[in-house]
Amino acid sequence: MANAQYQRNLLNESGAEMLSLCTSQLEKAKDAFLNHDCDLAEEVVLNEVRVNALDLRIEKSCEKFLALYNPVAIDLRFIMAIRKINFDLERIADHAYSISKYVIEVDEKIPPHLFEALQFQTMYDTIVKMLEKITEAYENKDVKVARKVFKKDKILDRINAESFSVLEAEIKKDNNIISEALLLFSVIKKMERVGDLIKNIAEEIIFYIDAEVLKHKKKK
Amino acid sequence: MAKEIKIIMKKISTQVPLDKIIDPSLKKKAKIEVKDVKVWYENFNAIKGIDMNIKPNTVTAFIGPSGCGKSTFLRLFNRMNDYVEGFKMEGKIKISGNNIYKKNINVEELRKEIGMVFQKPNPFPKSIFDNISYGLKIQGITDKKLIEERVIDCLKQVALWDEVKDDLKKSAMALSGGQQQRLCIARTLAVQPSIILMDEPTSALDPISTAKIEELIFKLKEKYTIVIVTHNMQQASRISDYTAFFYLGELIEYDKTKTIFTNPEKQQTENYITGRFG
Repeated sequence: MANAQYQRNLLNESGAEMLSLCTSQLEKAKDAFLNHDCDLAEEVVLNEVRVNALDLRIEKSCEKFLALYNPVAIDLRFIMAIRKINFDLERIADHAYSISKYVIEVDEKIPPHLFEALQFQTMYDTIVKMLEKITEAYENKDVKVARKVFKKDKILDRINAESFSVLEAEIKKDNNIISEALLLFSVIKKMERVGDLIKNIAEEIIFYIDAEVLKHKKKK
Repeated sequence: MAKEIKIIMKKISTQVPLDKIIDPSLKKKAKIEVKDVKVWYENFNAIKGIDMNIKPNTVTAFIGPSGCGKSTFLRLFNRMNDYVEGFKMEGKIKISGNNIYKKNINVEELRKEIGMVFQKPNPFPKSIFDNISYGLKIQGITDKKLIEERVIDCLKQVALWDEVKDDLKKSAMALSGGQQQRLCIARTLAVQPSIILMDEPTSALDPISTAKIEELIFKLKEKYTIVIVTHNMQQASRISDYTAFFYLGELIEYDKTKTIFTNPEKQQTENYITGRFG
């Protein structure tokens, strides 16, 4: 069974690599969006190929592990969790890709006061913290750390819920910002979705380590 | 000689008859209750105080590394260990409420109730028909029609009928390993037991024969209570309702198979089933 352990470790490392790659994609997309940096956005778009390749590699490794090693108990939960985590990370990277695409396709820079009004920086900082917590939880198999992201996701939910009225007020003040406001609204929605995906990853880490199913349950 | 025969006759006359071992009305619902059972072979303590309740009409798998005591424990249920030199047992084993280690239990009668299938198929060097009818004949059944019906029924139950119906006089030794093992199961069923014990019944068989036996076990639990010792983790997870993990003569964990193979309570169980030791 030493071989199974070796294959499992490789898969664990691939999961960590995917986590790091997707975190980096999202951070770069954030910087590109805030500073309207088209070069950085291009980098994110080009890197999407790497994300997809790693996603496929993990999928194949999971299939191989299931077929060859018949995992049970913690090994089975690990494979089930890593497949879902991989799927969620790939979706996060997709959002980073879409945001970077906006940066490349939209010529106008978004007025900084809109970022401030929407607490855009707070939203991004929260996501970065959530990703840090998730990485720590994944690497150290720490359920306590994984649970911390649930609280943070509420900040994202609040900002998202307020975004409509905030943008409505800004548009009433200045009709010329409609297209930028709509773009921002779309990005806010994506960020909120990224928060949900990180939450899903936390749930998977908890399932893998503690065999506790948190899906569709209210979190404190 | 006459004195010996007298002693034997006296012994037989005081032994509990079949219907007293298991109430016929309970035959389809035979349960096993084990209370604080300890076993020694000379000075070696093979089983160290086990409590276990096996529910009727379920398949229970015993798993654990070699030498952990699972086969010894299984063989307690039909008193197969009685023949082992230096065997000593403490505790109680009740089959459908009757203590099978009571002094006046008729072991032969008990074994009609508790059939056993071994690792290697062991058909008698006789015809297929005779293999199955043997148990009935030694029970004193002479009704040819009844015997024939029972043979056909048993062969059908083990899904062997279609393969052998044209030549029931063929020697059982000419059958394949998988067919021989199914024949042995049919032979066990012929005497209408309520419990079937299986000690690694597929370890000498190819995957196709193994699949047939596993399918059969699944079907048989409707009528019988089945206990199986296996070294094959996947087999235990595929066919059993409950799994018991033994280690060094102790019962480490006993739970629903689904729980044992997804989220076992004990670290030792997890380490064993995931191949980290054993």
